[in-house]
Amino acid sequence: MKENILDPQGKAVTNALHQLGFNEVQTVRVGKYFQLFTDNVEDIESRIKSMCQKLLVNEVIEDVDFTIENAA
Amino acid sequence: MKVAVLVFPGSNCDQDMLGAWQLMPEVDCQYVFHSESSLEGFDVVAVPGGFSYGDYLRCGAIARFSPVMKALQEFAESGKPVIGVCNGFQILLEAGLLEGALLRNEGLSFICRPEKLRVANNHSMFTSAYSENQVLEIPIAHGEGNYYCDAETYARLKSNGQILFEYENNPNGSFMNIAGICNSKGNVLGMMPHPERVVESLLGGTDGLPLFHTILNFCQHKTA
Repeated sequence: MKENILDPQGKAVTNALHQLGFNEVQTVRVGKYFQLFTDNVEDIESRIKSMCQKLLVNEVIEDVDFTIENAA
Repeated sequence: MKVAVLVFPGSNCDQDMLGAWQLMPEVDCQYVFHSESSLEGFDVVAVPGGFSYGDYLRCGAIARFSPVMKALQEFAESGKPVIGVCNGFQILLEAGLLEGALLRNEGLSFICRPEKLRVANNHSMFTSAYSENQVLEIPIAHGEGNYYCDAETYARLKSNGQILFEYENNPNGSFMNIAGICNSKGNVLGMMPHPERVVESLLGGTDGLPLFHTILNFCQHKTA
């Protein structure tokens, strides 16, 4: 979720944490986590950007960050 | 006049939508499955509510890539009326036919109840049978109907008269009480409330009926 967009889920989780006594938590933002596996790393950065733009992320409301790791 | 009701895996308001159109004897209303690639011969397309593809990833995000959606893009570009209700609205947003996005309801709960709407603009092919500021009662039934757009988009929607329906008592946190919008051309409508559920007094009201009649009138005048 983009920073300036209200995240109702995050708000509910924040409240629940406060009820449990974790008052040090000011804000919770709930997001999504994708793991993509591939053997073909050709052009991988621009391919991932394109996947995000076309399907994985709705850019109106969501921001995205990604890291590329070698699983071997 | 021929109306297509699109059916995706997980659509569940398709029968209500078909039933609403069939109340008008001039209308030949048919289901069109998501795998079809043509909408040729149809005058209106309705995208019904439901949980297409189980709402996986984001509501409407997977349905957007169905073969029929390419045909719908072309259909919308041709200027013919398209109406998306509830999940249909979500699909039209994901497909980029309308601007903005729908978030989880502010209170996180799924809300299913009649809601009062104000007709914010009655100069459209969808709302001209209503009077301006007329208050309608139309049910909502959604968990993710909290409309969002940025301030710049809102200013554009507002000045173009693209905001057609606003909630009287905002149930879900929608930005500026927005319940239904159209595209800049004015031929694509998306709304969270279900007009197809209030077309017979036996079923609780008829406030949705004028919307269907207005679209029919528009099509008839165009061909006449």
